[in-house]
Amino acid sequence: MIHSLFLVNASGDIFLEKHWKSVVSRSVCDYFFEAQERATEPENVPPVIPTPHHYLISVLRHRIYFVAVIQSEVPPLFVIEFLHRVVDTFQDYFGVCTEAAIKDNVVVVYELLEEMLDNGFPLATESNILKELIKPPTILRTMVNTITGSTNVGEQLPTGQLSVVPWRRTGVKYTNNEAYFDVVEEIDAIIDKSGSTITAEIQGVIDACVKLTGMPDLTLSFMNPRLLDDVSFHPCVRFKRWEAERILSFIPPDGNFRLLSYHVSSQNLVAIPVYVKHNITFREGSSQGRFDLTLGPKQTMGKAVESVLVSSQLPRGVLNANLNPSQGTYTFDPVTKLLSWDVGKINPQKLPSLKGTMSLQAGASKPDENPTINIQFKIQQMAISGLKVNRLDMYGEKYKPFKGIKYMTKAGKFQRCVWIAGSDRYYTNRASLIIVTS
Amino acid sequence: MDVGFSSLRSEAVGAVRTAMVSAENLQLTLKAELSQEEQALTHIRSNPKEAHKAGNEDLKEMLESSKESLKLEAMKRIVGLIAKGKNASELFPAVVKNVASKNIELKKLVYVYLVRYAEEQQDLALLSISTFQRALKDPNQFIRASALRVLSSIRVPIIVPIMMLAIKEAAADLSPYVRKTSAHAIQKLFSLDADQKEQLIEVIEKLLKDKSTLVAGSVVMAFEEVCPDRIDLIHKNYRKLCNLLVDVEEWGQVVIISMLTRYARTQFTSPWKEGAMFDENNEKAFYESDSEEKKGHTEEKPYIMDPDHRLLLRNTKPLLQSRNTAVVMSVAQLYWHLAPKHEVSIVTKSLVRLLRSHREVQYIVLQNIATMSIQRKGMFEPFMKSFYVRSTDATHIKTLKLEILTNLANEANISTILREFQTYVKSQDKAFAAATIQAIGRCATNISEVTDTCLNGLVLLLSNRDETVVAESVVVIKKLLQTQPTQHSEIIKHMAKLFDNITVPMARASILWLIGEYCERVPKIAPDVLRKMAKSFTAEEDIVKLQTVNLAAKLYLTNSKQTKLLTQYILNLGKYDQNYDIRDRTRFIRQLIVPSEKSGALNKYARRILLAPKPAPVLESSFKDRDRFQLGTLSHSLNSKATGYQELSDWPAVAPDQSVRNVEIIEASGSDSEEESSESEKTSSDSGKSSSGSEQSSSESELEQKKKKKTKKVPQKKSKPTAADRYSEIPAVCWSLRASFFFPVTTSSFGPVKTYELLHHMTGKGLAAKYHFPRQPCLYQPSMVAVQVILSNSSDHSLEEIHIGDRSPASLSIHCFNTIERLEPEASVTVSMGIDFSDSTQAANFQLCTKEDQFSVSIQPAVGELLMPSSMTEQDFCKEQGKLQGMNETSATITMETANASSQAISKQVLSVANVGVVSSSQNNFSRFAGRTVSSGALVLVSLELKESSTALLTINTEKTVMASMLLRDIKQALTQA
Repeated sequence: MIHSLFLVNASGDIFLEKHWKSVVSRSVCDYFFEAQERATEPENVPPVIPTPHHYLISVLRHRIYFVAVIQSEVPPLFVIEFLHRVVDTFQDYFGVCTEAAIKDNVVVVYELLEEMLDNGFPLATESNILKELIKPPTILRTMVNTITGSTNVGEQLPTGQLSVVPWRRTGVKYTNNEAYFDVVEEIDAIIDKSGSTITAEIQGVIDACVKLTGMPDLTLSFMNPRLLDDVSFHPCVRFKRWEAERILSFIPPDGNFRLLSYHVSSQNLVAIPVYVKHNITFREGSSQGRFDLTLGPKQTMGKAVESVLVSSQLPRGVLNANLNPSQGTYTFDPVTKLLSWDVGKINPQKLPSLKGTMSLQAGASKPDENPTINIQFKIQQMAISGLKVNRLDMYGEKYKPFKGIKYMTKAGKFQRCVWIAGSDRYYTNRASLIIVTS
Repeated sequence: MDVGFSSLRSEAVGAVRTAMVSAENLQLTLKAELSQEEQALTHIRSNPKEAHKAGNEDLKEMLESSKESLKLEAMKRIVGLIAKGKNASELFPAVVKNVASKNIELKKLVYVYLVRYAEEQQDLALLSISTFQRALKDPNQFIRASALRVLSSIRVPIIVPIMMLAIKEAAADLSPYVRKTSAHAIQKLFSLDADQKEQLIEVIEKLLKDKSTLVAGSVVMAFEEVCPDRIDLIHKNYRKLCNLLVDVEEWGQVVIISMLTRYARTQFTSPWKEGAMFDENNEKAFYESDSEEKKGHTEEKPYIMDPDHRLLLRNTKPLLQSRNTAVVMSVAQLYWHLAPKHEVSIVTKSLVRLLRSHREVQYIVLQNIATMSIQRKGMFEPFMKSFYVRSTDATHIKTLKLEILTNLANEANISTILREFQTYVKSQDKAFAAATIQAIGRCATNISEVTDTCLNGLVLLLSNRDETVVAESVVVIKKLLQTQPTQHSEIIKHMAKLFDNITVPMARASILWLIGEYCERVPKIAPDVLRKMAKSFTAEEDIVKLQTVNLAAKLYLTNSKQTKLLTQYILNLGKYDQNYDIRDRTRFIRQLIVPSEKSGALNKYARRILLAPKPAPVLESSFKDRDRFQLGTLSHSLNSKATGYQELSDWPAVAPDQSVRNVEIIEASGSDSEEESSESEKTSSDSGKSSSGSEQSSSESELEQKKKKKTKKVPQKKSKPTAADRYSEIPAVCWSLRASFFFPVTTSSFGPVKTYELLHHMTGKGLAAKYHFPRQPCLYQPSMVAVQVILSNSSDHSLEEIHIGDRSPASLSIHCFNTIERLEPEASVTVSMGIDFSDSTQAANFQLCTKEDQFSVSIQPAVGELLMPSSMTEQDFCKEQGKLQGMNETSATITMETANASSQAISKQVLSVANVGVVSSSQNNFSRFAGRTVSSGALVLVSLELKESSTALLTINTEKTVMASMLLRDIKQALTQA
């Protein structure tokens, strides 16, 4: 299966290599570099590259390429999924997954990689098991280790691997037992110039942070489970119970994990919580263009639209932009032609706007591309689909877990919201939201 | 050189000399520069070498120091070197010394090093082998497993026999974790020495029978690597694998599913109707979940699905909800390759869901959807909007989405798609815009209603400001016009007008070709274009030149009056062109069209050759022929066969014998899961006969029942000690399954397990019971001793409701096994129970009841079974021993049987009597063992000091003095007897 792994940074240096079978020379990466050179953008490097004797499967995250070397047929998704799992683990351990973090913790990285694969086949990928085997470095622990000479390697044996709940470590103890669930939803929409929605869909996830003693068995029920059209679960969720009763029943892993990701059926009309009025024009023969953009909230059930960030890729012909934001700050990069406007919170009484002129290359003809507008925003304490958690019950342990509702909001990680303006239409947006209870 | 020159004296000697001098000077300066550079080079080269060496010396010293922390620091730095790809092999001897270190982290790092360099330093690597061999016998399963893992990773051919032995032993280990490791080791050994194949297949065969979910994935992986063609090994395990699948870890699921896909294609008949043509209407019906129609549809079919085939489909379906994208994809491909056509659509939603994942995942999934959407438009049509391109997508994602949208286009949705395409054409990503134009061309040829619309749209694009867009449009229009041989002279004229502004060679060539091909439709323009081309001929690209020659020839034939001279001029230019293709073509054309004495018979046919009607190009998907590869594979992704790709065979015309998969049920089992699986097997065979529609619902209700069975326990079980116990029931099942499976092979690394009789079949009226102590930690409560009871029915009628009745003393706490509903004659079942003996050897008395009778039985534990191994270091041992002096120490001098004198034999004997752990000892004449009592956790330390002439001092230190004396007696007996 996975023969070797090379970590390549943005400037094309291999800064870490690990082999699970016999050693593969790092010159195999030359094929990767070739492909990298050919690609205009870092994202455009093809994920699967054949070479005469090997196949290279790579993922790009945090500006690091994780290049796996494969020698024979294997489902490419198997490798890709695994590589992403490696990145997630690093992030989990070091907080960030950067070249510096990996170099600083090279020994832990090596120990992790050693445990995660045996002979190229995944062995332990559950973070709960790994953390039992190799403790994540913390400042305190590093200090203690230096003083006492103890190590990061757990003295315990990975008993979790044998259990029927391999995702949960054994012997968990907390003085405060608490369980938090964050429902985060993202709207993904393409909106045309006239403001009508071309497509809009909602994806959501429920991220959990569970700190409960012993072996709790939780059930989580929804007020309106029918909203959920397509779901995927953490392995801890009992699928049959969901099928029959639409209840999430599970023994949670310890700590943070993603319980569920779901898709809200597209039949339900999606209310887009913000609107954009735009007027971007270029006149033939003139070296000036007009730019006028106004944002406003709609259907937000009284919740504030926050952390609004507008970005737009202006046509290549635009030399500079001289704009005046009614609030927030904007930047325009004359090289990449990327305009971004950090709006902040939308005040419904005084709608934010960005107006001004763009200067074009003298003598150049009117650009014919449509600038697209991407919008990022957050709304707290609201799940746009209307999904509501009904109750959370715990069986199996006698103590009372922390009760009460904890609301929180998380910004989504990726963004493809675009309102597109310009002559034709604009594109998508997306939001992210909210909540919940214990 | 100087010498040579000085001998040559001519008139020009002065000039030459000047030249020479300057040349010499040049040489000199060059030399000087070179030497400087050389110096610099050697400087650079030597310096790091020294530094490197010094660094390594430093590391060596650190490794040889006595301080653990220094060694650890050194190893960390060495691992850093390995990670950077630097060579650290010269440290091998210094590193390998630490292989037996007590420090776990140090040990692990040494393992990392060893595995990396053992291949290069084979002789030295052998030094470490004995450490692993010792660890392979360790009572702790994790130590055994890790020893096997490292041992098998050392690629040294000499140790192949040792590895083979270790694998065989580990494959029969009691711990599923060790067995899993042995499955991994099989692949490693195979890649090291393929000659071991036959023996390895034997081990694989044995491991395939394993019922642990832990082992399943790994052994199937080994199977795929070593003997993927031995499909016969799977037969007996097929149903078990299907049933275990949901509980196997996610990576194992992927491997098992892909193996089962291949298996099913060789063992079942095709569920697709004759001709395998897919009926769009049925698909629609499925979408509306019109189950009635579906039922009616399936009943018409004479085809009856093999129940095993159905079992596979049903058991993989829940995995579509997995969070692991690889699992979802593998289920999707399984359905694609195995399921009846109308069932495949259930995978659609899940595949579309994967498009929310990372970019690389999207890439692979889109590739597979592209292949699927060619054959089955209907599957993805409702999700068309999910394939709309976003401005933030990477180029390869955009192109794939475009491909899929094109595949999905039909009369109904084409207008929507074209509208979408229009916005893509304006994209800032020009490569993508060009690809969109291609896609429009494909839609235009595939759907005749929109051909004209598309063509007009493309013509509009010809006035686009971007060159690539225009060029691509020209190329596509050319193809479209070819397929539409009606009057399009307007378009050709328009293109001819644009000709001057177009610079992309491919587009220019296309226009020239079009004009030549349809020159009779544009009789006025064509000669004029040729005139312009004659002027610019020499400056054109080769491809344009070739088409100019073509155009000239065609015009010569149709309109020789106006173009004769032009043609000859162009042919002359072509004759002296630098490119041989063009020279060649020119020569050929001249011979063909210009009549002369030499030109032969071909001349007559020139017109028919050059102006023959040409077949229109077919615009089709680049994914058209990808379906020859199994979906989801690397080969599919690359569209070429990858090393080790296993072809998916065609369905057999006649199904091979189904009975090969039958497994005789030798023993009934009292465990839940076994019951369930046999039950589901039964239902699966029932349902297979009924129509697939009703069957689905039956399976659902069955699931529901099962689920209820499981979940209802939650609130009901208030009576049980803690709810956590519920979970321990499940492992209990695993243990008991495993125990019953391995029971005939009771050997383990701790020596034979003794079996005691609990109930003789004469007294038990046919019910016989035996028990043994599996020496596993009890899963119900830590203070209990695990006991496994084998119940067998030797009567001629089945026994019902076997359970445990009254117990005495009443305070005795026993964790009973679940009531066994029914035990068939000649069947036997192994169940686990836990008994808290409270650290005394007092017998546990209880009643074993059947429906009719009650039998009083008792279990009297040997004192050694009341212990649990405790792992500690020698220092800890001595420290603890020091605390347990005086009253707490019991000792005796014994005379040993000579056969028992070796430390290994001692361990074996002691371990056979008592469940204790070996404490590794630095002194040869000392053997030490440590354990704790199960109930109270009191430490029990056993040490044996060998004296001369086979006498030895046996000492036991523990607070439990009664146990100490009993244990002393037992061990003494074991050691003095042979």
